[in-house]
Amino acid sequence: MATTVPKLRSETLRTLPDDNVRQILWHFADRYDLQMVVQSAREVARGPVARLVSEGSRGTHEWTSKKAQLLEAFDQSGITAVFMDPEQGGYLVGPKNLALALIAFELAWVDAGAATCSLAGCLALAPIHERGTPEQRAHYMALAAPPAPGEDRQTYRGAFCLTEPIPYVGVDTGMLSGKVSVTEWSDGKEPLLHVEKRGRFITNMGFANFVTAAVDSGDDRIKGSCMVIIEESDPGVFDRGTPTRKLVHQLSSTCDPIFNVHVPASRIVGGYTIKDGVIIPNYSHSEVIEAVFKRTRVTVALMTSAKLLSAVEPIIRYQRGRFRGSEQAKPGMLRYELGLQQRQDALHRLANLWAIGEAGAALGFAAARLYDELDPLEREKDTILAAKGIRGGKAEMKFFREVDQSALELLRLEAVPEEKRNGDVYDTLKNDRLVEFALKDTVANVLCPAAKLWNTGTGANSMREALSLMGGYGITEDCPGFLAYKWMDSQLEATYEGPEAVQRRNLSVTMTNELFLAQFRQWIAEMRRVAEHRPGTGACTLATAMQLWLWTYRHLRVTTDAYGGALYQSARQGVTFPLADALGWLLAARQQTLDLIELETAGPENPVLAEGLASTLDFFTDLCHIQAARAAGEVGRICAELVFGYNRHPAWDDEGYKGCYQSDELDSLEGLIPGIASCATDVVGANGSHPAKAGPCASCQGLEGFQRLRSKLDGCLTGAQLAKDRLAEALSKVMIPEALDYPR
Amino acid sequence: MPNPYHVVVCASVVPDPLQTLEPITGPSGPALKNEMMLPAILDPWASHALYEGANLVKHIAGSKLWLVSMAPKAKLQQVMMTVAQKVPLQLVAVDGPSSGFADAHQTAHALAAAIRGIAGIDLSRLLLFGGWESASRSAGVTLQLLGEELGIVDQFQGVDAITPQEDGSFEVLERVEGARHQVSLCAGPPAVLGWATGNLGEPRNDPQVGMANMRTIMPALQRATVAAISADGLQYSNVATPKQQRQTRIVKDLPAEDIARDIVQWITQE
Repeated sequence: MATTVPKLRSETLRTLPDDNVRQILWHFADRYDLQMVVQSAREVARGPVARLVSEGSRGTHEWTSKKAQLLEAFDQSGITAVFMDPEQGGYLVGPKNLALALIAFELAWVDAGAATCSLAGCLALAPIHERGTPEQRAHYMALAAPPAPGEDRQTYRGAFCLTEPIPYVGVDTGMLSGKVSVTEWSDGKEPLLHVEKRGRFITNMGFANFVTAAVDSGDDRIKGSCMVIIEESDPGVFDRGTPTRKLVHQLSSTCDPIFNVHVPASRIVGGYTIKDGVIIPNYSHSEVIEAVFKRTRVTVALMTSAKLLSAVEPIIRYQRGRFRGSEQAKPGMLRYELGLQQRQDALHRLANLWAIGEAGAALGFAAARLYDELDPLEREKDTILAAKGIRGGKAEMKFFREVDQSALELLRLEAVPEEKRNGDVYDTLKNDRLVEFALKDTVANVLCPAAKLWNTGTGANSMREALSLMGGYGITEDCPGFLAYKWMDSQLEATYEGPEAVQRRNLSVTMTNELFLAQFRQWIAEMRRVAEHRPGTGACTLATAMQLWLWTYRHLRVTTDAYGGALYQSARQGVTFPLADALGWLLAARQQTLDLIELETAGPENPVLAEGLASTLDFFTDLCHIQAARAAGEVGRICAELVFGYNRHPAWDDEGYKGCYQSDELDSLEGLIPGIASCATDVVGANGSHPAKAGPCASCQGLEGFQRLRSKLDGCLTGAQLAKDRLAEALSKVMIPEALDYPR
Repeated sequence: MPNPYHVVVCASVVPDPLQTLEPITGPSGPALKNEMMLPAILDPWASHALYEGANLVKHIAGSKLWLVSMAPKAKLQQVMMTVAQKVPLQLVAVDGPSSGFADAHQTAHALAAAIRGIAGIDLSRLLLFGGWESASRSAGVTLQLLGEELGIVDQFQGVDAITPQEDGSFEVLERVEGARHQVSLCAGPPAVLGWATGNLGEPRNDPQVGMANMRTIMPALQRATVAAISADGLQYSNVATPKQQRQTRIVKDLPAEDIARDIVQWITQE
């Protein structure tokens, strides 16, 4: 078969991708503020954090004075202040999602526990940041910023105490273990509340000065649930509890605390109103955490991707040096120079690992950037809705039904050639901020759980593979890059801030939004266009896989199983969850491809990259290709299982015989159509004999569309393994540093 | 207190020392393999000069600090993302090669022009700082040539400390043979100080400092003058990295003199 790509490239990747490449891929080449944040976080990660790990500080569950040095390092390097606005003691203007994502990535490159330790402080502040009153925001954000020069105070540190499952995730959400009641309420004075709360697995609890805790009403005079701010100096019990005996993320402090304190009602996050003698919190706890988690989960997703990418260099070094020093390996010999990289398997598996890391990072950073775009839009939306007097979940949902229709209309018009569409309507919709919000919010609601689910789940599996590529060395404390720790840690990343089942549940709902699906259809066309100009990216493969996924979803919505049960429905997680899993593969591979295009477009503008840009692009193109093929394979498998798996397999019974040839019937047909007998598989003899198999082959009636797409998808894998061969060649030649740059 | 100083620190970028540095012969002479693609850092020797310079400026009221750097502009910008967070500074960027094989005379000439062009600089108050060596090739001659070009006759190399005196003079501690220091008293600026390691640790990154610096660094990079450094007239007969491989021997109770002799013998073999 003809191919435009050579078997092996004349020039392969010269060096491992540096900051210049990453800044373009992840779209912050024009943000020097973020570039400095990256350098700052990296210095902490590869210095103090790496030293703690190598000195064995992960060996204890307790929060030790050595571990506490991390907090100082975070403060001094500006990591703590990233979350704050300049007027609160920070230094970054505007949304911080990408900044926090980059910090998480850098810290997790060395140790994800350190990343968690840093981010948990932001998590504690997030309810106040997202839903707090202006007074709460000003007070706590400023306290949590490190002291300015000449200021005599300690940095205030927080913990986020939820413990319970979040709402709308298919589990009983009325189980808040915390209770809040009125303990004192004098006329004309602010009510005093009694808060009782037991937390589980609460990060930062070993040193937190304040806690944002989710509580339910335990009093008729308080309506619903809310979040309250508890301070360590509040009267009552502020027991940090025992350290959790977790096996991972030991550089973060985790405890099971107990609170039994009195706090003023002004500590209710977001404030409250009083109606008929009842305190009505302005935000329920679920409204607060919904706003919080959809942002912070992205950073967790990126931790696992960072670890995968961090594994590449130590693995290459190990593979190449594996036999050096042995009798049979002398300088100049292949065994000495290439070590394990003489063998294809080691290189192919490394290529797979790298591709998954790239795809995860691409997806995570895309989600973070999207939230940076969404944050100001959301504030604008809130203002517009407030002006219209629309408040509360149901009223907002009702309002947005119309906005969604407008957004769908905009998408429809975008598909129409400019000269044929109504320009006035198009311009109006295009400039409508609510429509823009609806479109982006819909995508963000998918990207966030998809990144959390796919990056951590697939990442954890791939980290195991990374270890295996280091042989027995991989599972030791001495393994360069701390890969064994990273593998174990990734299991927690897949779990906290909503375990995989929660993400699947979330995704299985948000991905069915018609506004998302309409954009998804546009993305299919987009991938075809990409493929037209960049056939080596695997974008066409991906487009077909996306089509197959969409076909499967549409099919499952309207089809029943063999017993008449509806397939795509909330309780049927055997259907909805795998489809959510499949979507993760697609979204990650798509974003990886889009980032490649960004590198291709913006790369030539950077003279530092000019020298090796062509080979870098070739390498990343091949990485995209194998990842697209892998995604297509996973999607094809999952979709086929779902489409066929719920049908009853025909049996050798009267019903099954209806689809079979009778042997005498076939004999007579053979006379008319010579050779037909050789094509028939299910032939029943006059005596009822039949081929030795489970039953007649399953009918594909009504599934021809699926079969055509599936068959096409298999064909679309053409060339993917050739791309892997090229990657293997490149991996055996790429120049790597003499030694790992951490611990410093 | 002494009169304020105008401290100019000359520093270029070098490949991160952890990278594999493999000499090759390029179209214009010797070069390092993939040098443009290797992560770079500010030359470590000159970095010490920068930290000492910043410390001096901080303690002598009215003093100013400029960092004059010749390097490929895009490379320099990347390095500045770290350096800018270390100390308050004003950057003067010269877009040119940072290779250790560039002609030191031409480099000094370009740097001199850049220094003379600094708005508001008083060359009579100039303390010209830099590294006494360079991590790129360890030649360590550019700073001396630059001093000559600027007509500065008081030059100190291997400096570890500068102590300003009340009368405007300053004391300099220079490294000399035998792990000793030579103490000199200089009447005052202008002077050239090629720094060894100094006494200050590397400051932590402080993004607040970085953000403040970036307000002037990015425009400075935009208006960087291009220095045309040619390889004409320059010839390198041989370029190689030192062989670092050494077979470890385990010998008990070997006297220190014998160990030293062994190391010297190994070094001189190269």
